[in-house]
Amino acid sequence: MLKRTPLFELHQKLGGRLVEFGGWEMPVQYTSIMDEHLVVRKAAGIFDISHMGEVLVNGSVAEAFLNHILTNDIRKLGVGQGQYTLMCNELGGVIDDLYAYHLAPEEYLLIINASRIGEDVAWMQKQLAIFPGHASVKLQNTSDQTGAVAVQGPRVVEFINQCFPGASRGGTVVSQASDLKKNQVGRFDFSGTPVWVSRTGYTGEDGFEVVSPAGLIAAIWTKILAIGHQYCLQPAGLGARDTLRTEVCYPLYGHELDEKTTPIEAGVGFFVALEKGDFVGRTVLADQKANGVAKKCVAFKTTDKCAPPRPHYPIWSTGAGAGPIGGVVSGTQSPSLGIGIGMGYVKPEFAKANTPIEIEIRGKRSPAVIVPKPIYRKPD
Amino acid sequence: MSNVPSDLKYAKSHEWVRVSGDTATVGITDHAQHELTDVVFVELPAVQRQAKAGEACAVVESVKTASDIYSPVSGQIVEINKAVVDNPALVNTEPYAGGWFYKIKLSNAGELDALLTPDKYKAQIGG
Repeated sequence: MLKRTPLFELHQKLGGRLVEFGGWEMPVQYTSIMDEHLVVRKAAGIFDISHMGEVLVNGSVAEAFLNHILTNDIRKLGVGQGQYTLMCNELGGVIDDLYAYHLAPEEYLLIINASRIGEDVAWMQKQLAIFPGHASVKLQNTSDQTGAVAVQGPRVVEFINQCFPGASRGGTVVSQASDLKKNQVGRFDFSGTPVWVSRTGYTGEDGFEVVSPAGLIAAIWTKILAIGHQYCLQPAGLGARDTLRTEVCYPLYGHELDEKTTPIEAGVGFFVALEKGDFVGRTVLADQKANGVAKKCVAFKTTDKCAPPRPHYPIWSTGAGAGPIGGVVSGTQSPSLGIGIGMGYVKPEFAKANTPIEIEIRGKRSPAVIVPKPIYRKPD
Repeated sequence: MSNVPSDLKYAKSHEWVRVSGDTATVGITDHAQHELTDVVFVELPAVQRQAKAGEACAVVESVKTASDIYSPVSGQIVEINKAVVDNPALVNTEPYAGGWFYKIKLSNAGELDALLTPDKYKAQIGG
């Protein structure tokens, strides 16, 4: 039995094509993945992300506990700030990647992947039970009571204030939502109910994300769509969300990240704050930062016309002694670039930019080249 | 509502056939292209290849999926459509015209009787 967000009927009315994702019935597209992708790059798109999980962590020991189970340094967050971070097991393998927000003194909100809600909450509860001072930490899984949408694209800043008029009353204090800077979050009033608006996103474009009680998210979606219409805002589905994040090389759990892969191997070591002190997984991660890894996540572009690269396609080295060196974890035809792109894991000696490789597609090998991340960069 | 031309025959797997003498042209239907949406790549069989009815002989890829195309009839591939290889979007814009895939010299014209009439195909896709 697939789960549905509060926006399910609205997706149906909009002609959304509904598919299974992480146990949820979600719109993969409304018109076409290409169109929705391009409208986000050029103007604005709105995504239902209500399937994602929300966990509130409160108390005087909340900061210390979160810094123990997450890789980034949560002490960097003043009230009203958020950061990308990862939660690892004792071997440094990734349990989930997530965003952590410091909403108020001793109050944190974690936004976690839909497909990992069960695993994440079980892990956090297990870690909390043995954490000194755990009686001063309250952990609440509010995923079922919470809805969220992401509004992404260069034009969103032109209309976000009309969606959430007025000054923020919590988090980062701003006189209007468009004054929020990247990674800042503010509490705004929507029909008399507080909602959180952050300047964050998963598309490589400017944009905002909104978290609200589940019962309010349909009204929020409807209002944003109505106001955004004259700015070319369109609903966008998970298909476009995937092509957008792949172009800018953002990892997706289950592809670039999993329990057998560390943040260092995935290339997100920037979000591992070894200097903050001990945390779960630190030993392996410190060792990998110092001594290297057995596999590295790279980005690549195909160089000849060929079928789109897809997850699990083998990656080969070229030239004398050519052989299999790894595999694709994310791949697609890039709507912005018109060529095949993707990310994959290869042995570290092949992980340098400009290294020629081949992608094996249905038994035939097509030429490609390793490129620096991100694959797509906005023209200046 | 999908376009289902009345002068063609159809396979259950959404390929169409236009017969001219002992040669047939093959493509995929309007319904199929609509299900796939943005076609980004088409892989066609080699000319002179022998194909058997029901055998996978081409591939159509959209952003999200790769779909096998099954030859509705048996015979030898005599011509392939280079235009659709260069411009895969033709499958979406002209599934029955510019988006054709290949021409095949029929080895067993009796197989045409096993294909669906336009009415039977319309019924299958709920049209």
